[in-house]
Amino acid sequence: MNPALAAARTGVSRGRIEFKQTMTTPGDVIAITILMGGFIAAMIWTRHTHVPGTHFSLGTTMLVSVLGLNIVVYGVITMGDLLVAEREDGTLLRAKAIPNGMLGYLLGKVVNVSGQIAFALAITLLTGAFLFTGLAIGSPGSWLTLAWVLVLGLLATLPLGAVLGSLFPSQRSAGGPMLLLLAGLAAISGIFYPITHLPVVLQWIGQVFPLYWLGLGMRSALLPNAMAVVEVGHSWRHLATFAVLSAWAVAGLALAPGDERQG
Amino acid sequence: MNYVLDVRDLRMRYGRTDVLRGVSFTARRGEVLTLLGPNGAGKTTTIEILEGFRMRSAGGVSVLGTDPAHGGEAWRARTGVVLQSWRDHAKWRVHELLAHLGRYYLPYRRPWDVDDLLETVGLTEHAHKRVRNLSGGQRRRLDVAIGIVGRPELLFLDEPTAGFDPEARRDFHDVVHRLTDRDETTILLTTHDLDEAERLADRILILAGGTIIADGSADELSRAMSGQSEVRWSRDGQRFVHPADDATAFVRELFRQYGGSIEDLEVRRASLEDTYMALVRQAEHGGPPRLTAVAA
Repeated sequence: MNPALAAARTGVSRGRIEFKQTMTTPGDVIAITILMGGFIAAMIWTRHTHVPGTHFSLGTTMLVSVLGLNIVVYGVITMGDLLVAEREDGTLLRAKAIPNGMLGYLLGKVVNVSGQIAFALAITLLTGAFLFTGLAIGSPGSWLTLAWVLVLGLLATLPLGAVLGSLFPSQRSAGGPMLLLLAGLAAISGIFYPITHLPVVLQWIGQVFPLYWLGLGMRSALLPNAMAVVEVGHSWRHLATFAVLSAWAVAGLALAPGDERQG
Repeated sequence: MNYVLDVRDLRMRYGRTDVLRGVSFTARRGEVLTLLGPNGAGKTTTIEILEGFRMRSAGGVSVLGTDPAHGGEAWRARTGVVLQSWRDHAKWRVHELLAHLGRYYLPYRRPWDVDDLLETVGLTEHAHKRVRNLSGGQRRRLDVAIGIVGRPELLFLDEPTAGFDPEARRDFHDVVHRLTDRDETTILLTTHDLDEAERLADRILILAGGTIIADGSADELSRAMSGQSEVRWSRDGQRFVHPADDATAFVRELFRQYGGSIEDLEVRRASLEDTYMALVRQAEHGGPPRLTAVAA
């Protein structure tokens, strides 16, 4: 068999093993639960508040936007964090010492983190289906949109996370600053509140990053069409979503750590 | 002659510091080379350049016929690497990890059977433990197992037995002998343990001040360095110690003079440790000529 293809398969099985390890390591499960619990608490808190100018639940809107936020949290921060930690502990060097090991390593990471994203999305959606009203989850169109936004989201975030992970010098400096940065970004990306209520400058800054578009894409998939009225241009802007997320994916893949052995 | 390792005038400079200033040596298939030298002598730098993890400043390096700076995946599959300290894959289970890493070699050759490998390095009873729950010595055995799982033609071992108890050390030496005898694996290892170097190495290279100051078998090095031996004996209940340039002549003379009253006779050639210390001390106080014992 072609060695690269064989390594790709080995990488996928590596991802499955890593994902299983994550889900059976108490510390990891607690971290995931706290993060998810925090978001869900915030949604429940704002369940009966209305999105300004509508009679729609802010909590439901937030729940859907948080699906997009989850993709960025795991795809960029968890991915970056893992790479920093595993560069420190020698896992990356080990991968470099093995034929096609880097390919297998990175693919394994992608599969593992994608699994965590799928898990977080599923739990959030399940919570939403039981506790919230107004979700448009009945039509196949909703799921189709969710699917392409998710796939594009993974492509836009995972390579970016790998790039950031390879830039940070040591473990201590990675997770904290990245999480703070993301919290700031979330505030101007329409995750917790419609972006149209912010100053125009902030709206523009927010729309540079994938987070805004992932939230928008998720809202377009799972909220009633009428809710587009609170978005920029009163539209779901699918074409722009596709374009911006694709641009981030291309940039991330171009810069992603390849097979460079000498460090 | 095709060498597995062929290093010529290798130089490495970090900023303004010359770490390696012209290192040259070769290794044939199946040879065990030990790289000795004080801390900071450039042992790890040398080994990392040969492994392809570090770019050299100058010089010619051929590893398995390829420049390691441009070694591809097929070349990588022929080498095995055990670096100084690993903390990786803490969540993995021992058997699971070896099976996984072995799979990368499948397109190139059949890797070790995991159970056989665990048996060989003495980890059978820990096969299903998580890596983070292994003791220091067990962890090191796992590192060695990972280094050889792909049946490398050339194995790099950077201080493989650091933290081993005497039993683990002996087990490790058995593994090395097995690899070289049966599979003709070429091995380059660094160690601080002179006894280990003497036991394992076909050839010892002493690296000091950025160059190789000695190259030969342990025996050759001792001979070439100092012909002096130490002769100990007792006579009439009294103990004597005397250094001798020609131990045989000295002992013959001893018996001629005192005959049957000589007891507890002991002749000790300068140990590798004595030789090593003398060589390194010389190198640090102004460069001596390179000492090369010509192999038979």
